[in-house]
Amino acid sequence: MLHTVNKSPYCSDSLRLCISYAGKDDAVLLIEDGVYAAMCGGNSEAILQGAEVALYALWPDLQARGISEDKLVDGLKVVGYDGFVELAAKHSKVQSWL
Amino acid sequence: MPTVKKMMYVNRRAPHGTGYALEGLEVVLIGTAFEQEVCMAFIGDGVYQIMQGQDTRAAGMKNFSPTYKALGDYDVTRLYVEQESLSERGLSVDDLMPLTYEDEDDDWAEKPSVQVIVRKELSQIMAAQDVLFNF
Repeated sequence: MLHTVNKSPYCSDSLRLCISYAGKDDAVLLIEDGVYAAMCGGNSEAILQGAEVALYALWPDLQARGISEDKLVDGLKVVGYDGFVELAAKHSKVQSWL
Repeated sequence: MPTVKKMMYVNRRAPHGTGYALEGLEVVLIGTAFEQEVCMAFIGDGVYQIMQGQDTRAAGMKNFSPTYKALGDYDVTRLYVEQESLSERGLSVDDLMPLTYEDEDDDWAEKPSVQVIVRKELSQIMAAQDVLFNF
């Protein structure tokens, strides 16, 4: 399953719940305000630690928020809108953690 | 003589996920026409509003972050940023836009508008206001 998270990890428990529900073959894609969790050095980094899922963040949303590539957490892959489509096509289901 | 009130706009939301940040900024700029004593506070995800290097072109959204640079020209010269909120998010003052104003009482010297202060200090400044708006 592909999970998308669009809320800031500091304002919602969406990411925490999503990570705890996601299975090891799943992918989590951070979009919109969800991409704030992709920044290293913040308290939300702890939520991602130990997560076994493949983690992605949407590049246009990172760019819009001034998050440069050198500030991303380890192990996270950056994708564009085309990568979003590929992830959605690859997984049989999509769950949006709104 | 109309009474001048101390007003604080408290910004608590990230810039692009909702309309609060842009709407709040517009209220501040419109409100300056009434010549009140205005300051802004950035707490929680509100600190993300003034992050450097925001480029919304690829996301197809309006980039209103350069508008914060105009605040100094409208006599909004005190932008309080909460230290705790920056730290929680792994940010420092260097991640923020270098917003400035020209001090008319000091030969128009360019001075920084952003003041990073701790929550306790900010709560005291908050308590000293006449009117508070929370966005």
